[in-house]
Amino acid sequence: MQRILIIGATSAIAEATARLWAARGDALFLVGRRADRLEVIAADLRVRGAAAVGSFVMDACDIPAHGAMLEAAELTIGGLDVALIAHGSLPDQKACQASVELTLREIDCNGLSVVALATLLGEKFETQGRGSLAVIGSVAGDRGRQSNYVYGAAKGMVGLFLQGLRNRLARKGVHVLTIKPGFVDTPMTAAFSKGALWAKPASIARGIVRAIDRKSDEVYLPGFWYLIMFIIRHIPERVFKRLSL
Amino acid sequence: MTLRSWGRLPGDAAAYERWWAERAAALPELDGSLLAYGNGRSYGDVCLNGGATLLHTRGLDRFIAFDEASGVLRCEAGVLLSEILDVFVPRGWFLPVTPGTRFITVGGAIANDVHGKNHHGAGTFGCHVRRFELLRSDGSRRLCSPGENADWFAATIGGLGLTGLITWVEMELKRIAGVGMAIENYRFNGLDEFFSRNATAEASHEYTVAWIDCLAATPRGIFVAGDHAAAGDLADVPGKPGSLPLTLPPDWPFSLVNGASLRVFNQAYYHRPLPAQAVVHYEPFFYPLDAVAHWNRLYGRQAFYQYQFVLPMVARTALDDILRFIAASGQGSFLAVLKTFGHLTSPGLLSFPMPGVTLALDFPNRGAPTLALFERLDAMVGAAGGRLYAAKDARMSGEFFRRSTPRLSEFMPYIDPKFSSGFARRVLP
Repeated sequence: MQRILIIGATSAIAEATARLWAARGDALFLVGRRADRLEVIAADLRVRGAAAVGSFVMDACDIPAHGAMLEAAELTIGGLDVALIAHGSLPDQKACQASVELTLREIDCNGLSVVALATLLGEKFETQGRGSLAVIGSVAGDRGRQSNYVYGAAKGMVGLFLQGLRNRLARKGVHVLTIKPGFVDTPMTAAFSKGALWAKPASIARGIVRAIDRKSDEVYLPGFWYLIMFIIRHIPERVFKRLSL
Repeated sequence: MTLRSWGRLPGDAAAYERWWAERAAALPELDGSLLAYGNGRSYGDVCLNGGATLLHTRGLDRFIAFDEASGVLRCEAGVLLSEILDVFVPRGWFLPVTPGTRFITVGGAIANDVHGKNHHGAGTFGCHVRRFELLRSDGSRRLCSPGENADWFAATIGGLGLTGLITWVEMELKRIAGVGMAIENYRFNGLDEFFSRNATAEASHEYTVAWIDCLAATPRGIFVAGDHAAAGDLADVPGKPGSLPLTLPPDWPFSLVNGASLRVFNQAYYHRPLPAQAVVHYEPFFYPLDAVAHWNRLYGRQAFYQYQFVLPMVARTALDDILRFIAASGQGSFLAVLKTFGHLTSPGLLSFPMPGVTLALDFPNRGAPTLALFERLDAMVGAAGGRLYAAKDARMSGEFFRRSTPRLSEFMPYIDPKFSSGFARRVLP
């Protein structure tokens, strides 16, 4: 049995992942903004076989609250083996362009709050000499594009931060995983029309559980995004700046 | 994307689609009517609402509570039967009643009051529902059970989604010893042999069903009886077949089902090597077609109709006439399924089964000749006191439906004024 903390537990990807862990009999601690939704999900996970399910209401952007949340998690499920950071929002890029305040708020939510949590959890895992920290980044963080660069910048920051953290903790028995999903059919993307590149949360979830089990460093989900992003990363900026992506 | 039902017949697309995944939330404010869309496995237009709104309920897929002692499960209405099986079969529980596909939602199972191979002993799905919550467009929520709001309970079971939205359901699972099914196969020739086999088998087996070749001059087929195997038999069970990569692209252009292919298929199916007794995994026993994703695409762009009727047992001779008529028409299909219904009465006012015998057949859509055939069949079914299964229907006349649905007038007052469907507009007064 693993003791697993999930931040942003009401997100579609996090919920699908939690179901797989529940089926394995793991103990789960769910963190999210809405108490009612956390309770509905907690009940579901108990039926599916979770050894224990606790929950905690917190806005991940409320950085001073992180410490108390972590204490509550350890107390409730008796320690921590895995932490999945899955919260986030999909900013309206156009609205961000017109508002400094909105841009910074989105970077706060998708970037800084994750850096804060990863710092805290990195310390925690380093002290105990083991643990898996898995963070949902995005393919959008691999290269800035006009359609989505506020989100991309925040996710890119998270990706770089985790690389450094991984490098530092590699010899301390701590596993750091960066998860880069492509397009996922979730409530966050309900407004988009869906083509062949879109994946279901359940398939992303299987990839996340597998990557944590195998202690992978970085995964693209589904895997074909590795190839797409390899190409996108390698287009010369001179050419890239003219593309409408 | 245009939502279709399983028959894939062209029809009016829904003008709006909304997702609804929180059971405590209010229904969206809408102009025009709405209808819950579960997993789209009914064949005709009971799950469609052309020109108006479909409410996607698959996101309503959470379990709420399970009592390990009694097997009572409470879950949201968008949970698939397959999801229940995945979680509960390993713990020794099974669905009390299951139709021939496991990819339907619990809400859809209630709305169509589905039946299975154990109807003779267990009745319909609705017979095993203890209670549910019904959300109406006026925002009211009713707990419905045989003891509370019993009238709403009866109207909603088999109510084709027209009485409001089912948000969650409490139902009974049943104990099984393992994943194996002990089955017996018999080839039969003629309906007399079917009925005598069936009478014997129903007395001693939980599940019975027959496949018949309705192209043959004398109806012949394979009768299967089965029971959940004892745990000790499990070692012999072949592994779960896994999800096969068998599929067809969505725009498969032409039908692979025609007179020649049907004859070959039916011959081969009838004569295939058949063990008299075997222990098999429950999946191929209950869900043989689920192994082929999108088998409905076999029929190509022209798509297909399914025709399922029930006749009271006294009208047995009518069944001979109907089968002879179908054989002579040359339009018959493969996988015609024959099953007798028992005497357990569903609580549902519009529930399809009645004590008697039911036959389900696929017909490739050849346009006017196919529709003309159905008119003739309707006349024979109607004259024999039978009726058609709404979940499979895409074309019966309103007049036929109203005449063959004895409790329709009791049902009508329970229809939610904001809920409608293509089927409702086609057949209701």
